[in-house]
Amino acid sequence: MDRNGVTLKTINRTATSNRLRAPSIKLLLLWLAPLAFLALFYFFPLGSILQVSFARSESGLIAPIQQALASPAFRDVLWFTFWQASLSTFLTLAIGLPGAYLFARYQFPGKSTLRAMSGIAFVLPTLVVAAAFNALLGPQGLVNASLMSVFGLEQPPIMFTHTLYAILLAHVFYNTTIVLRLVGDFWSHLDPKLGQAAQVLGANRWRTLWHVTLPLLSPAIASAAVLTFIFTFTSFGVILVLGGPQFSTLETEIYYQTVSLFNLPLAATLALIQLACTLALTIVYTRLANRLSRPLNLRPVEFTQRRLTAWRQRILAGAYILLLLMLILTPLFALAFRSVSRFERTSTTTARQGYGRPEWGGFTLDYYRELNINRRESLFYAPPTTTIAISLLYASVTVALALLLGTPAAWALARNRESILNRSLDPLLMLPLGTSAVTLGLGFIVALDRPPLDLRASPLLIPLAHTLVAFPFVIRSLTPSLHSISPRVRQAASVMGASPSKVFRHIDLPLVGRALLVAAAFAFTISMGEFGATALIARPEYPTIPIAIYRLITRPGMMNYGQALALSTILMLVTGFGMLAIERFRIADVGEF
Amino acid sequence: MNRKIILLFAMLGLLTAACTSTPGTLKIMTHDSFAISTGVKMAFETQHNITLEFIASGDTGSALNKAILSKGNPIADVFYGVDNTFLSRALDEEIFIAYDSPMLAEIPDFFKLDPQNRALPVDYGDVCLNYDKVFFERQNIAPPGNLEDLLKPEYRGLLVVENPATSSPGLAFLLATIGHFGEDGYLDYWTRLMDNDTLVVNDWETAYYTEFTRSGGTRPVVVSYASSPPFEVIYADPPLDEPPTAAITADESCFRQIEYVGILDGTKNLDLAQKWIDFMLSTTFQEDIPLQMFVFPVNQNADLDETFENYLLVPKDTAFVSPQDIAAKREEWIREWIETVLR
Repeated sequence: MDRNGVTLKTINRTATSNRLRAPSIKLLLLWLAPLAFLALFYFFPLGSILQVSFARSESGLIAPIQQALASPAFRDVLWFTFWQASLSTFLTLAIGLPGAYLFARYQFPGKSTLRAMSGIAFVLPTLVVAAAFNALLGPQGLVNASLMSVFGLEQPPIMFTHTLYAILLAHVFYNTTIVLRLVGDFWSHLDPKLGQAAQVLGANRWRTLWHVTLPLLSPAIASAAVLTFIFTFTSFGVILVLGGPQFSTLETEIYYQTVSLFNLPLAATLALIQLACTLALTIVYTRLANRLSRPLNLRPVEFTQRRLTAWRQRILAGAYILLLLMLILTPLFALAFRSVSRFERTSTTTARQGYGRPEWGGFTLDYYRELNINRRESLFYAPPTTTIAISLLYASVTVALALLLGTPAAWALARNRESILNRSLDPLLMLPLGTSAVTLGLGFIVALDRPPLDLRASPLLIPLAHTLVAFPFVIRSLTPSLHSISPRVRQAASVMGASPSKVFRHIDLPLVGRALLVAAAFAFTISMGEFGATALIARPEYPTIPIAIYRLITRPGMMNYGQALALSTILMLVTGFGMLAIERFRIADVGEF
Repeated sequence: MNRKIILLFAMLGLLTAACTSTPGTLKIMTHDSFAISTGVKMAFETQHNITLEFIASGDTGSALNKAILSKGNPIADVFYGVDNTFLSRALDEEIFIAYDSPMLAEIPDFFKLDPQNRALPVDYGDVCLNYDKVFFERQNIAPPGNLEDLLKPEYRGLLVVENPATSSPGLAFLLATIGHFGEDGYLDYWTRLMDNDTLVVNDWETAYYTEFTRSGGTRPVVVSYASSPPFEVIYADPPLDEPPTAAITADESCFRQIEYVGILDGTKNLDLAQKWIDFMLSTTFQEDIPLQMFVFPVNQNADLDETFENYLLVPKDTAFVSPQDIAAKREEWIREWIETVLR
């Protein structure tokens, strides 16, 4: 084990000395496209809206920030925002890491389906997820109803709706896939020999995990943690719908101040504070990640994965899969089930007769059929085939853009971690995730308003906005693998006369092929599920699936509600198949990597 | 490769810019609930030989913010969708230019809240309490008839309302209580309403589709619209002969949301924009409104669909709060409501 440590240190030193020879012009060239994109579609709109907002303030820039920080109500909001995000991140890691291990080290039937399904959770609209959770855990939900009838209780025993638990559970539901994918993928390429060597030298299983595996995994864990934290830190729908009126976070306050009160100076103040928190966090993260990551011998999965053979392993794996199924898949199944069920109020008396509770009245495909009928000859009606096509089109553009822009940036970061340029740019890349959709949406209106870039009413804005969110995910998916490629391999190739682009094609690309797929899957799911930014800029004739769901669920009548759930089920299926298709994709002929 | 992408973007930008400046296009900015039938849109397009382009811009507040922030260089020629709770913001920011449409003669005066006709009324919807008829039949108690009834012990724990800070019907219901009980009385009413175990949620969808007994929840009275009961019939599954719910419309217990349209200052299509507004107020468009947008025409000559004739209860008197008061006191009222109800 010690010897291993020495080796790692030596390699680190090699990496450091490599910096001095690296040509910074090349680094700048790599950064050109990603930075131009961010400058034009992120920093320029953001700067414009902040400027316009503070121009409306009578007391300047500093006073509102001081006022906000001095107000106890605001400090409560800030504290709660941090608190729920920390708890959510911790729980997501706790649930996700065993799964990442299972997915990384073992082969078992149904694995890719299970992984694809965990990604489905990522795309579902909050209103629909809330409905699913309430159908299971609400006061009249399945769990409470069965507990009440089994134990003869008068009151529902589980208080779930509008509690912190609801927020946490929903965040775990949405974000577990981040840990499964980012950590699971990285883990699957870790050479098991390192752990085996430790065990040969006498370390037990737990010591090996603690002293060898976790330190090696830490860059990927840190990536997953920082993404989950920022995602939950800026969570909007979950807090509003599942948390209820008792809870507010910075993001919900920004929305309230902007939309409801049109207090732009205060909204901009809150947005700046949120950005400052994100920036502080990502600076800590990048420092940490740079210290943690070390070059490794990444291995193709056929060398690292085994079948589940021992009974003990099978039982543990089975128990975990069961937990994952309960957590992520029961709400999905509840939705799918509800979308093919008719509910009627029968005359039969039950324990809850007083409420006249609608009872299950058999299966029906009415809602799916109705989706295909434009009963009111509405101009903005779009059949599911069209909404699916539109969503897939936006998602493909997002995947292409995010990968084209993210890969050079991630590569530049990995080539030369110690350079001042990289160290200062890295934290900035995460900022789009920490920016509220409503602030940025108004920024587009203010900034992109002159030809040739009058994009205010352009459908192009949708994939651009999606790419902004996907971009940090692409970077964070790629960097752990790229960092870990031993510089010696690259140096060897260079010495043998390979050009930098050849080194990239033949060394980097095969080794990070799998990470590219993970990045593509993230970009795909982000685009498929995005609602906030899309709603602000959608052309009504071309609704995405989430927009079409929203139109249905905001109208009274069981036929509308049923159709909303049917379309949600379609969104789940399309996303699931999309993820499976991405998983099957192969890069650079390295087979299952 | 990277340069190509930038070039591609520049080209796409130019392309969209080129498309947007085509003459003969009238652009209409709307909130995301706007809808129209294909036939009605085509009628206007053929009559004036132009193309209509609709730009959905999020919920009412977001869409209005976008219109305000693009003042002087507007995204569209016309903005539809500002309601009386946001009207003062639109007028104060001076985004509209006045237009005395001849069609205004067919619209009752109480809809016209802007005397200068910068914002012209198009449609209205009443936010009212709805109750679940089945629940009250089974419990064998009379449903509540007005706001005061909800304080009675027999209606304890039956009501679910939406948060006025996050929900448009929630704000409308708060305004109904302010209009009804006055600025001095509404907080007292809310205190007693909360003592009678009222549930508050953030959005209409949760209130109506999760908490309302009609959908399987535990609360048989919900803040929704006067139009919800007829839509329960129109969009029923399985089909229904009559609404399973009813609206409480007596004694100034509802708040009327009126939606307005206006010509955006800076338009280069003033003539067409005026024609479009005349068209929106004409019976052709007005009769298309209910089944497309779930709200009702302000033009008194517009005929309603049979279902509405049978099942729609239109309140005779609604609680009134002026747009100026709403603009001036919205923040204060919501803050006081939060202090009273949520703390």
